Amino acid sequence: MKFLAFIIVIITGALLIYATVDMPDWADPYSPASTHVSPRYIEKTVEETATPNIVTSVLADYRGYDTLGEATVIFTAAVCCILLLRRTRK
Amino acid sequence: MEFIVCKYNYWIYIVLMMIGFYAIIGKKNLVKKLVGMNIFQTALILYFVSTAAKKGATIPIVSHGHGATEHAIHAAQYVNPLPHVLMLTAIVVMVSTFGVALALIIMIYRRYKTLEEDEILKATK
Amino acid sequence: MIAQFEDVIIQTLCRLLIPFIQLFALYVIAHGHHSPGGGFQGGCILGASFILLCVAYDMEEAKRRMSEKLNVIFCCLGVIIFGGIGVVCLILGANYLDYGILHKLLPVNIPEARSLGILGIEIGVGFTVMAAMISIFLNLASSGEHEETLR
Repeated sequence: MKFLAFIIVIITGALLIYATVDMPDWADPYSPASTHVSPRYIEKTVEETATPNIVTSVLADYRGYDTLGEATVIFTAAVCCILLLRRTRK
Repeated sequence: MEFIVCKYNYWIYIVLMMIGFYAIIGKKNLVKKLVGMNIFQTALILYFVSTAAKKGATIPIVSHGHGATEHAIHAAQYVNPLPHVLMLTAIVVMVSTFGVALALIIMIYRRYKTLEEDEILKATK
Repeated sequence: MIAQFEDVIIQTLCRLLIPFIQLFALYVIAHGHHSPGGGFQGGCILGASFILLCVAYDMEEAKRRMSEKLNVIFCCLGVIIFGGIGVVCLILGANYLDYGILHKLLPVNIPEARSLGILGIEIGVGFTVMAAMISIFLNLASSGEHEETLR
């Protein structure tokens, strides 16, 4: 069983390393992740939101809806732990 | 040689991911599987953050503060902030799933009195 | 669960350090605009201060300062603050979570109004994360019955 798991892990690792041939180089300023909408966030954040921290302004203002979902996820995890485990002795 | 220098960060994170993946499918104890899942998720977060780097750029905090924009802000001076933001959400989801999974393990232990996968499967047949 | 002996050095040191840890956590939340930080990071540090109290002493000390009812109230209050700011923006006429319209309520201009909206929701997220960390730790460490201490 462990030998089979080892084979599967080696095959998956080889496929992933083969897939990195097409990826952009490390620290490339013209990679596709850095050239569509993120230059607009970097250049316009101080004049539109008066917040020097670009990560906070993107997290809470430009992508605020995702942060609402994330707060709901951590709230749901706390409620799940209470519902699963809590036993009060009467 | 240039090929190795440009892409070796992806290979390191893939090795870390495969260590976590082997722990998930190869170990029999439930807590060890959970630790493997945690290693896998951490390697994934590191992988995404490494795609945000730029040569010669600094951290994504505009240095002269707000109110006075004498210096123009160029996008090539600052690291791409978008993967950092998405990985903050991913870290919170990681903590939440870890908490709920540990609660489920406690419930399984209460019911079956063991944490080995093959004994639990034998007890449910 | 965990065999524990009382140690004077650890208990005294934790009692001295915990207010400063909480002050640093409030600093991290409030300076999310100018330095790395924000709601999630400050909320985690606040939760960690209560967990340190629980580990150094026993669970009764932590529950005396943050009872379970207060914990759940904080958890819900954070999400209500977050959604409530969005609904206020909706009532004033703009889209949901569009903080620019808050300049009609407060005497600031539009970028400052967006900055204040960001601060408001970071405070809400800080409350929720703190309460969630404390509640998950207390439930997992005592496996449900909060009466059993870590002794």
